[in-house]
Amino acid sequence: AIPRRLCILKGIYPHEPKHKKKVNKGSTAPRTFYLLKDIKFLLHEPIVNKFREYKVFVRKLRKAYGKSEWTTVDRLKDNKPTYKLDHIVKERYPTFVDALRDLDDALSMCFLFSTFPRTGKCHVQTIQLCRRLAVEFLNYVITSRSLRKVFLSIKGIYYQAEVLGQPVTWITPYTFAHDHPTDVDYRVMATFTEFYTTLLGFVNFRLYQSLNLVYPPKIDGQADVELKPAEGKEYAMDSESYLEKLSALSASLARVVAPTHEDEVEMDEFPVEGGTAEQMDERKKEQEALEKHKKLFEGLRFFLNREVPREPLAFIIRCFGGQVSWDKSLCIGATYDVSDPSITHHIIDRPRVEQQVIGRYYLQPQWVFDSVNAKLCLPVADYFPGVLLPPHLSPFVTEQEGDYVPPEKLKLLAMQRGENPGDTASEEEEEEEEEEEGDNDKEEEEEEEDESEKEEEMKLKKMEEQKAQSSKALPVKVTAGKLRLEDKQRLEQEQQSEEKRLAIMMMKKREKYLYKKIMFGKKRKVREANKLAAKRKAHDTAIKEEKKKSKKARQA
Amino acid sequence: TPCPAESTTTSPAPTPSLTPPPSCPLQDIRNTVGNIPMEWYQDFPHIGYNLDGKKIYKPIRNKDELDMFLEKMENPDYWRTVQDKMTGADIKLTDEQVDLVHRLQRGQFGDVHFDPYEPAIDFFTHEVMIHPVTNRPADKRSFIPSLIEKEKVSKLVHAIKMGWIKPRKPKDDTPTYYDLWAHEDPNSILGRHKMHVPAPKMKLPGHEESYNPPPEYLLSEEEKLAWEQQEPAERKLNFIPQQHGCLRAVPAYPRFIHERFERCLDLYLCPRQRKMRVNVDPEDLIPKLPKPRDLQPFPTTQALIYRGHTSLVRCLSVSPSGQWLVSGSDDCTVRFWEVSTARCMKTLEVGGVVKSVAWNPNPTICLVAICVEQSVLLVNPCLGDKLLYGATDQLLESYVAPEEERVQPVRWVTATAEEHGKGIRLVIQHSKAVKQVTWHGKGDYLASVVSDNSNMQVLIHQSSKRWSQNPFRKSKGLVQRVLFHPVRPYFFVATQRYVRVYNLLKQELTKKLMTNCKWVSSMAVHPGGDNIICGSYDSKLAWFDLDLSTRPYQLLRHHKKALRGVAFHKHYPLFASASDDGTVIVCHGMVYNDLLQNPLLVPVKVLKGHVTTLDLGVLDVIFHPTQPWVFSSGADGTVRLYT
Repeated sequence: AIPRRLCILKGIYPHEPKHKKKVNKGSTAPRTFYLLKDIKFLLHEPIVNKFREYKVFVRKLRKAYGKSEWTTVDRLKDNKPTYKLDHIVKERYPTFVDALRDLDDALSMCFLFSTFPRTGKCHVQTIQLCRRLAVEFLNYVITSRSLRKVFLSIKGIYYQAEVLGQPVTWITPYTFAHDHPTDVDYRVMATFTEFYTTLLGFVNFRLYQSLNLVYPPKIDGQADVELKPAEGKEYAMDSESYLEKLSALSASLARVVAPTHEDEVEMDEFPVEGGTAEQMDERKKEQEALEKHKKLFEGLRFFLNREVPREPLAFIIRCFGGQVSWDKSLCIGATYDVSDPSITHHIIDRPRVEQQVIGRYYLQPQWVFDSVNAKLCLPVADYFPGVLLPPHLSPFVTEQEGDYVPPEKLKLLAMQRGENPGDTASEEEEEEEEEEEGDNDKEEEEEEEDESEKEEEMKLKKMEEQKAQSSKALPVKVTAGKLRLEDKQRLEQEQQSEEKRLAIMMMKKREKYLYKKIMFGKKRKVREANKLAAKRKAHDTAIKEEKKKSKKARQA
Repeated sequence: TPCPAESTTTSPAPTPSLTPPPSCPLQDIRNTVGNIPMEWYQDFPHIGYNLDGKKIYKPIRNKDELDMFLEKMENPDYWRTVQDKMTGADIKLTDEQVDLVHRLQRGQFGDVHFDPYEPAIDFFTHEVMIHPVTNRPADKRSFIPSLIEKEKVSKLVHAIKMGWIKPRKPKDDTPTYYDLWAHEDPNSILGRHKMHVPAPKMKLPGHEESYNPPPEYLLSEEEKLAWEQQEPAERKLNFIPQQHGCLRAVPAYPRFIHERFERCLDLYLCPRQRKMRVNVDPEDLIPKLPKPRDLQPFPTTQALIYRGHTSLVRCLSVSPSGQWLVSGSDDCTVRFWEVSTARCMKTLEVGGVVKSVAWNPNPTICLVAICVEQSVLLVNPCLGDKLLYGATDQLLESYVAPEEERVQPVRWVTATAEEHGKGIRLVIQHSKAVKQVTWHGKGDYLASVVSDNSNMQVLIHQSSKRWSQNPFRKSKGLVQRVLFHPVRPYFFVATQRYVRVYNLLKQELTKKLMTNCKWVSSMAVHPGGDNIICGSYDSKLAWFDLDLSTRPYQLLRHHKKALRGVAFHKHYPLFASASDDGTVIVCHGMVYNDLLQNPLLVPVKVLKGHVTTLDLGVLDVIFHPTQPWVFSSGADGTVRLYT
């Protein structure tokens, strides 16, 4: 168990040898290989001794318990050996940016552990520590407004923040009790968490320092007063309520240096070497877009209904500058009431609303997520309660050329480019209308058929006459010419493809293998995209037909 | 408040024994049994003995429940009546006794007059008096250190000395978290950090993972079934996309902890390897070859089909003038065609499967060697210039038999008159079936291959002297093909895997070429004589540069099936290969005079036309001696000309 823990803590992993046979004494059986250097490196780790001490301590304690020597037990417990992982963190991540790069797993793990029940499976202190660190990190993201993307998946909620230029992605599970699986070794997870909490603690400290925030975080003075329970009776122990207040995510944090709000630092323009004016412009535009994105919900006041997941939504809204509140009985930290007339958006997840207050939008939670991903406040009409929601798309997908792009994404891209999103929708409607008109036309046509037949006969006659008259201006000739042209093109194409085939024949074996692999991958991609497109088309037509049927039923 | 005295039946308080019963002065019925458990008398009619030693009988108790209830209701003193266990008599408690019970119940002293709060008198004070409290002299042990304690202390001292007991650790009050990266030292970035292979990040979710994905990402029924039947490791997605109408309907993901755990396992158990992702444009992989258009002339289209054979056409040969074509087939005929018109000029019935035909390369001799079963026929086709074929006949007839008969491995037989009419001039009868026959460039010598396992496989004949010899003493394997060098006195023998080059003058082996093929099927020599191509049944074509090495200069895998024939053009830098997949591939094979420049091989045309029958495609291929034309004979019984 000690080697395993050491490997986990020190980040030692097996390597795939370059020549498996050479290393494995000629056999190709699957075996894992560690670098000899790595194992020697583990040997020099001072923490090994600490682990041994701890093992001895446990043995002594057990013995003392067995003999009922309580003084010895007390004495041993007083001198319980402890160890620190600081030096390992520093060793594994010599620079802060390295640590940020590896933060994904740490965050996901901490968020998972913080949702564990306080009984069994792992130490309560670990769970509390994880919760604390997670909340601290969330508060940092809120204060620095570095959240970029959010995604509601069936597994959990994905968040992506940009911390000091590094994208950090983590996933939190939905808030349900865990059905603890039996085929999972929690000791491994606990060892990872031990390291991750240490790492995250140091990272949090550094991040708070970078924003001039007090660490451990303190709630801003005036907000603290507001948050005090009005009735004056104690809500919980000070230490507990502190974390809860913090995790309410509704108050801003205290700073070491008083923030000077009004001086928005104008970005100085540094002429970058080799950067043209266009690039500069582009960068500037990007910067502006980013600033705008950060202030997406500025000035909006949200209210979360009680069935809505509070923490993620409060976190997201606060990250983009919105104000948020919830029912007082739901959680500590509610800042205003339902009846507040200044509320602009009311997030609700029920099929219908009983008592609507005029002057605010009642929206489903997906609106918040979609708006954040679209970097603009989307039109609210699609998100009213009880309405069939538009699909929720992943913000992590950037379609390359040739990939399948769902039509919703296309619409969204058009909207981001500033085109009127109504166009496409109206076009569709128009199409439908046209189709309907077409139906009508057919009926009309049937009536007019007799007349049109006569007309056609007349036309044909005229044509024949014309032909007879101008036999030299042969239309046949023209068509023949066209045909030849096509032939030429095709011939050329054929020739080229044959040349290619012949050249492929001359490829070396290895290159040919690679080429075939690449081409196979490309073809598979195209096939998949086509499949998706076909599926979508089938779905759309099915829906259209249903609509038509229902319309007809209504008409009849 | 309820008090125990209320219940008469249950055991009463110990009151009667406390005070002498003043309530019964009349009759002293004190029991003399003593303080014993009264249950001992349970089964007896008496309850003990009085002072006189007489039995005390239990009082008669015949009251039923109703009577008891009535008494409880009517008797005002019922509550203070208790039963004396010793005598069995009912006793009514006096007021003092009731008072006592109450006091005891309240936890007070039984004695009314006792004052628990009397002022205390300190007999022993903290002040040291001049006189001791007791005059007892001090014990000796109070002056001697305790042995037990000494033992304990010494144990502790020993434990401390030995380091078994450690003093309590001082409280560590440094903060748990501090600025770890305050001094980022560039020197701390060691080699191992550069060698470190960071674990790949988790894959970011796509549209299909959304709780409300676009409808096209949902799996259909068949796809779901297929997903379930796949192994978990094989699945492309590790979940089934699902659609939920609203956020509140989304359930917990049951495999969340599993996935985290698997990630942990991947992080510390999965072997890592730095893999260079090939980011190449596939078009760049295609070698830049000269365009076939620039390498013209070469045959591009099928021009003529020579029909007439009814079975596989195994072999072909063209006359040195390029006017005539001869083909041998499995239908036991040899046909002579005019090349330009595809007209069959002559059909020769030979009475056996024709394995090989070879037109004499000497333009002044009109002679064709044909392998039929165990013999090689030398045929004068009597085509073309009459002078020419007449001269050939004269040449053959001018043979004068030598005086002394020499021992020959074969028999030379002059054709009979009937055969002579057909055109057959000479018959070389071998002992076994003949596979192949080939002419020397001068047209006098010809070599034949016998399918045999002995050293008699290859024979060289001289047609003018009607004289044969066996050049080899030992068999080196199954000979597939033999060829004469076009200019120098070399002789190529292809066995299954090797090509041996013999010097006929010195009578020695000069080279042994490794073909890297499993089974050589055909061989051709470049007219320059320095390059050889070998076709093999494992669909490879090996190009040897004899000056370069004994290994193939290039191994071409153009065909998909076994190669049957290969051929070089006499003048143009072209070679062709025929295969069982029904194609003839014409390649440009430029050999430069400059020794430093390697030959340039470019495939220029894939010729199709032959129909594969019985899994056989094209069986032989040969170039026209002067034009860039190629003939091919196929298993479909046709010979085709591509120009």
